[in-house]
Amino acid sequence: MGLKAKLGDAQRQTLINSRYIDFLTKSWSYLFLLALVVYFSVTGTGFFSVRNFSSILTTSTLIMLMSIGQTYVVITAGIDLSIGWTVGLSSVTTARVMRDLADSGNDVAYAMLAGVFAGLLVALIPGLINGLLVARVKVPPFIATLGMFGIVRGAAFLLTDGQQVVRGLSSELRESLRMIGNGSLLYYIPDDGFHWFALPPDLAPQQLRVVSQLLPYPVIITALVVIVFAFILARTKFGRHTYVIGGSEEAARRSGINVDRHLVIIYVICGFTAGIAGVLHLFRFTAGAPQAGEAALLSSVAAVVIGGTNLFGGEGDIMGAVIGSLIIAVLQTGLVILNIDSIWQFIVVGIVIIIAVLVNQLQNALERMQANV
Amino acid sequence: MSEPILTATGMSKYFGGLTAVDSVDFAIYPGEVVALLGDNGAGKSTLIKCISGVYRPEHGRVTFNGEDITSHAPADIRSRGIETIYQDLALAENLDVGANVFLGKEKTRRLFGLIPVTDDSYMREEASSALDELDIHIPSLKQRLVNLSGGQRQAVAIARAMYWNAKLVIMDEPTAALGVPEQRKVLALIRSLREQNIPVILISHTMHDVMAVADRMVVMRRGRIVANIQRADASEELIVKHIVGTADNGGSAVMI
Repeated sequence: MGLKAKLGDAQRQTLINSRYIDFLTKSWSYLFLLALVVYFSVTGTGFFSVRNFSSILTTSTLIMLMSIGQTYVVITAGIDLSIGWTVGLSSVTTARVMRDLADSGNDVAYAMLAGVFAGLLVALIPGLINGLLVARVKVPPFIATLGMFGIVRGAAFLLTDGQQVVRGLSSELRESLRMIGNGSLLYYIPDDGFHWFALPPDLAPQQLRVVSQLLPYPVIITALVVIVFAFILARTKFGRHTYVIGGSEEAARRSGINVDRHLVIIYVICGFTAGIAGVLHLFRFTAGAPQAGEAALLSSVAAVVIGGTNLFGGEGDIMGAVIGSLIIAVLQTGLVILNIDSIWQFIVVGIVIIIAVLVNQLQNALERMQANV
Repeated sequence: MSEPILTATGMSKYFGGLTAVDSVDFAIYPGEVVALLGDNGAGKSTLIKCISGVYRPEHGRVTFNGEDITSHAPADIRSRGIETIYQDLALAENLDVGANVFLGKEKTRRLFGLIPVTDDSYMREEASSALDELDIHIPSLKQRLVNLSGGQRQAVAIARAMYWNAKLVIMDEPTAALGVPEQRKVLALIRSLREQNIPVILISHTMHDVMAVADRMVVMRRGRIVANIQRADASEELIVKHIVGTADNGGSAVMI
């Protein structure tokens, strides 16, 4: 640190300035999210409420779950365009299995369990094929997953016989789905207090309107998935190897990492988190829909990029994707509350993506500069 | 000198009709720095790749410490202590020094005595002492490699080889992409390898490097070894003559 002592005032000032910029570039997405929340809270009536925040969190789960797997793929310098339809395939499969099992006289709980299992399992198939194509056949990820995009889309619609939803779910089944998909571990009713697991029966309509879901089940499930996959990526050998492959596939190979197997597993993970998203979508909307994740695909990529993950691979993390997903969800809800045409959401998200990439570049340039001081 | 640590005898490698390496005999002794010289296409890299297991030679036998390692898998040859440092260094530049020294062999510890997680501080400390041993100082070990200079990256690659007990280091054009001060640093690294009795095979076009560090120069031309010159007998002029093929058969060079 002898060098720093010799620095003149001007240089020291530059160093301090660059430290501010450094802080800004590293945490801008957090600050941006905070700024959005503050802005909407001040300008939009009803935005700043537990009820609304819990609704934003629930909305964000779809994109968030997809962006978790997407982050892994993007860190290896790949991309998975197929997961939007994997969500749908998983949703439709789950719905059909549940319906058919329940209709043939099975216990609803058993039918639901089997359906969830089938929905998660089916989501692994496109992931596996993507992974094999990318790792073994060396098809560029963009092309392989674009092909899978069409295949999975077709498969999902075949399972609904071309319909927009899986028809014929019994009302008993729907009610059970709703209990989880729209339920909460903990409720809060003003002037009444906290309730675990379920609302008290015979609640007055005016009370129902003010109920806050403090811990919606979809949010809890998503949080668990986030924690598990963030931990794997940040702390385990598997996660480290993911970054190595993203940094240099050649270096990974020469250091003895089984790159092909690793890539296959990563695309399977990507399918898996999309599968969870699909199953949750069914639980929330009680209708198996092929196009459940269609619009969320690009949002999931956007969330990943906004979170600072580099599309050229090698850098990024799950927390970034979580923040990115929240930014998108806050924008969606906030613009609606401000009564601004929700089409603006696309424009704003587009701008945010571009800012994200610019900030990422700035950050890398800054890092190089500091290293050469 | 003692027994050679590595011998390659009667090595031949063909690519279709092309003879890349033609009945080559090569040996290197402990603590020796051997420069492998030759024009482009002379067969240097092919010979090296036959030794490191990347190529399988059509004829010939490679022994290392008395064991036959001909056509073994590259990973097996590496695990026996033959480390090849290619020009691209095979580093993950998005990660720090510790991660790179332990690339593919990450040290883990058990979180809550249960879940294996990467032990980053251990790896960073070990990497730091490996660099110290080579007398290299990198300001911040948390720095990603992309922010280090070419010489520092080269040093990380060498430190990695050393850390994993390299018994023979093969370097392909280590100074090619470096500035002059950095080149000096790499040459110093090669000398420090020799001081630790680790032999180095150095492929280089840079006559200055070769004259500065090599104990022996082996010149290849059209797949054959055409000269094997001890440092004391070498001059730049003589080596260049052998490389371009205009050397007379007399002089101080030992012809093979």
